[in-house]
Amino acid sequence: MNAINSSLVTTQGRLRRRQIFGSIMSAALMIATAFGILVLIVLLISIVRDGGHTLNWNFMTALPSRFPDRAGIRVALLGSIWIMVLTAFVTFPIGVGAAIYLEEFAPPGRITTTIRTNIANLAGVPSIVYGLLGLGIFVELLSMGRSIAAGALTLSLLVLPVVIIASQEALRAVPDSIRQGGLALGATRLQVVRAHVFPAALPGILTGTILALSRAIGETAPLIVIGAVAFLNFSPEGLGSKFSVLPLAIYGWTARPQDDFHAIAAGGIIVLLAVLLTMNMGAILLRNHFQNKQQG
Amino acid sequence: MAKTVTSTADTGRIRENVGFRTRPLTGSSEGRIVERLVRGFLFLCATVSVATTAGIVFVLIFETMSFFEKVSPWEFYTGTTWTALFNNAEYGVLPLVAGTLVVSIIALIVALPVGLAAAIYLSMYAPRRLRSVVKPALEVLAGIPTVVFGYFALTFVTPQIVQRIFPDANVFNALSAGLTVGFLIIPLVSSLSEDALQAVPRDLRDGAFALGATKFEVATRVMVPAAFSGIVASVILAFSRAIGETMIVVLASGGIPNWTIDARESMQTMTAYIVQISSGDVARGTTKYETLFAVGFTLFLMTLVLNIASHFLVQKFREVYE
Repeated sequence: MNAINSSLVTTQGRLRRRQIFGSIMSAALMIATAFGILVLIVLLISIVRDGGHTLNWNFMTALPSRFPDRAGIRVALLGSIWIMVLTAFVTFPIGVGAAIYLEEFAPPGRITTTIRTNIANLAGVPSIVYGLLGLGIFVELLSMGRSIAAGALTLSLLVLPVVIIASQEALRAVPDSIRQGGLALGATRLQVVRAHVFPAALPGILTGTILALSRAIGETAPLIVIGAVAFLNFSPEGLGSKFSVLPLAIYGWTARPQDDFHAIAAGGIIVLLAVLLTMNMGAILLRNHFQNKQQG
Repeated sequence: MAKTVTSTADTGRIRENVGFRTRPLTGSSEGRIVERLVRGFLFLCATVSVATTAGIVFVLIFETMSFFEKVSPWEFYTGTTWTALFNNAEYGVLPLVAGTLVVSIIALIVALPVGLAAAIYLSMYAPRRLRSVVKPALEVLAGIPTVVFGYFALTFVTPQIVQRIFPDANVFNALSAGLTVGFLIIPLVSSLSEDALQAVPRDLRDGAFALGATKFEVATRVMVPAAFSGIVASVILAFSRAIGETMIVVLASGGIPNWTIDARESMQTMTAYIVQISSGDVARGTTKYETLFAVGFTLFLMTLVLNIASHFLVQKFREVYE
């Protein structure tokens, strides 16, 4: 009887200890999770504190300058817009085409498997390696020079896997009954895709494309490699123009030792983050809009 | 017939081999030609990605070969001095590899515990409403351009964290870069590890609870071991991402190739070297130009091996519990 009692006591003691340990660890897990959020908050606060006062109309429209209080992001901002539009024009048709082929047409077999594996691997290639690809192929081999066209093509290849994977997911989410219904009525597979599957998947595809473009607009390293520069005194005029983009201007200013330049770098970051936020909000709103429409 | 149906069931799509032709009853031959053309175009789109890979491999190998005609691979891969910019240049890549590894390992030391803890917390502890706030916030963190993290590393992490702990640390140091790369990859570790934890069958978890295990015991002794391959895969992927990370190290770790493991010093990484050289005007055909590709090739191989290892782990152990 005594033995049973004492063993009960120790079991309860151990249970208590285990429970206390468990609650301590659950607090530790929570703190670790909060750490990630804390980094985000500290980062945003420090940037707004450093650069908030530099934002004004002059900053948006002025050319780069040796004097931090006169420098602006006009050329870089226009360069970013050019790059984004061109990248969208190249990536969207190719990415969606590839996704449609893989999801709707590709016969099961070795070629299809190769393409799929290849896309997954491409998504893991460091962005700077794409810069080397752009330098070797577009800038040198195809003699495009250090131009906007070379930059946009390089970034298009960089975000292509993202667009393809997002579009594939959107196509996969379209119920098979829609395809079967179309085929049963005698439509060809292409007709089914064009009239039913693609429209149904479009919101998902657009959301994925916008997110991919928001990745392209924040890229710096590959554009440095293909020869974009941090500061230019003229706005881009055409596909063959030299160019700069917003992240590159931020890089150029951050790399200078003076605090005044760091302040305008932070100002540039605020503009860049605002652009990204707008694009992400747009993607979310678009998705919600179409979801409501389909349900309603 | 039954056989063909099972063969298509895995993809959930109706394929042509299901046993009926999907040609329109009234289709003209013109329509069929258009159909073929469009299908050919779509196929071409899909091959662009293969062409990209081929292009990367071709460019890297081509220029690296001409580099190896001037500098032996032995010298390149075993040399401990990298002075590519000097007149009397020596091309030993190890200092750049050391810089890359030191930064990436520091990043993992930060991101592995924090990311894994966040994954466990989000998948087992967090109330739904908290989850719906924390997950998007981590995604926002993952979506911030790396040049912004580079700014943060140089203007906040270095003076406010690193130089407070090590007052003698250089303004440019590998520690600051490593910590910040760690912050950057926390969301990657946490979201992929969480996916792995979610994939563990509920039975295992419930069984452990039924035996009287506490939540933390279930997490560390049942869930994490069961999801181990997925977690390792996420860590490998994060490591590969850290190795390829560029802008943070360019801004925070400086531009001196340094054969050391002292993270308080400036250490150039492979990626930072590529940026440094290509910021200037390098002419094609020069050795300097070719070093870009030789270093890039080394970087590409390292990330490729890691990515394949991660992919392999996920594939191999995916169905163990199904």
